[in-house]
Amino acid sequence: MMEPARPAGRAYPSSSGGGREPANLGDILERVLDRGVIIAGDIRVNLLDIELLTIKLRLVVASVDTAKEMGIDWWEHDPWLTGKDRGLEEENRRLRRRLEALEEGRSAPPAIEGHVEEDEDVEPAPRRRAGRRRDDG
Amino acid sequence: MTADAGTYLYVVARDSGAPSPEGLSGVAGAPVRAITRSGLVAYVSTVPLAEFGEEPLQRSMEDLDWLDATARAHHHVVEAVAVAVPAVPVRLVTVYSGDEQVSGLLEERHDDFCQALDRITGRQEWGVKVYADPAEQAEPAAAQESGGAATGPGAAYLRKRQAGLRSREEAWRRASARAERVHDRLASVAVAGRRHRAQDPQLSGRKEWMILNGAYLVDEERRAEFVRTVDELRGEGGELELTGPWAPYSFAALDEGGEP
Repeated sequence: MMEPARPAGRAYPSSSGGGREPANLGDILERVLDRGVIIAGDIRVNLLDIELLTIKLRLVVASVDTAKEMGIDWWEHDPWLTGKDRGLEEENRRLRRRLEALEEGRSAPPAIEGHVEEDEDVEPAPRRRAGRRRDDG
Repeated sequence: MTADAGTYLYVVARDSGAPSPEGLSGVAGAPVRAITRSGLVAYVSTVPLAEFGEEPLQRSMEDLDWLDATARAHHHVVEAVAVAVPAVPVRLVTVYSGDEQVSGLLEERHDDFCQALDRITGRQEWGVKVYADPAEQAEPAAAQESGGAATGPGAAYLRKRQAGLRSREEAWRRASARAERVHDRLASVAVAGRRHRAQDPQLSGRKEWMILNGAYLVDEERRAEFVRTVDELRGEGGELELTGPWAPYSFAALDEGGEP
């Protein structure tokens, strides 16, 4: 709505996929915030805060319906911000939990030795299995 | 600084003797003025410090509605100027206590501004995003399912998850390689290229990964070639999104010695 009217001389090429959509807020924000000449004005806006803004925005955006239209989301897959390793760790944890649940539910024979052993360290397996059998039956 | 108004700076250009922008309004709806000094012109508007002072800014920068309106208004002024003359955009909410401070800036940083202007004159910034569908990129994990000693459902599950992780990693690697190729190709047609951090696929409502969020500074004469290159790359698969031309936001840094 505040998109400037473009003179014909700078019309967008028709070959670029059937016309260009108006710039979305995400595209504009990453430009006006992260790019452009950075010079200190007299009004000190903490640069660090502005850089953190992308993260803060995420919190704001999470509760805003229009987030999708705005496409403010560049931090999500930025390994720098999200830490890809954390995803793997989480995955691992879920895997272990799932494995435990599976074993518990089926009182399976120790086919998956490697992982059962770990549990046996914590609690003697025979007793636990006996108990579970009673529960199941 | 006792005044209750400040001078908000949008964009700097060479003073070509062109008349001040008429009917152009900026942030907070204020009319845009031109301040000229040392052969440069700064486009500014007067803003109330009640809104653009330090404390209010800390708060309002996190108000998405305010930020939306302000960013668009800022962008609007930048584009309006940059569409007509080579212009160097200044970052959002760069506010001075008065016009004299802006004049002083033009004088002090005259050489830097000229250098930045030289770098972008006759050139435009284009944005190219590339998306990749993780499902398409992934190698089928089935090959890795065969064999293995453990046969229990837990082990099968574990293997499946591991394969899933592996193929996801593999998909990510392929996508990265593709992004690299696209970027190199586009950069070869451009004067300069920058890779910005990717925008997230989730909120954009797309499940694809944005594997490239590039900005390219392209000579006016090579514009058609650049667009053609984008089309060619598009033909090689993956989804390419071209935006622009933009004011040279990504190539406007002052302190850069040479080409990025």
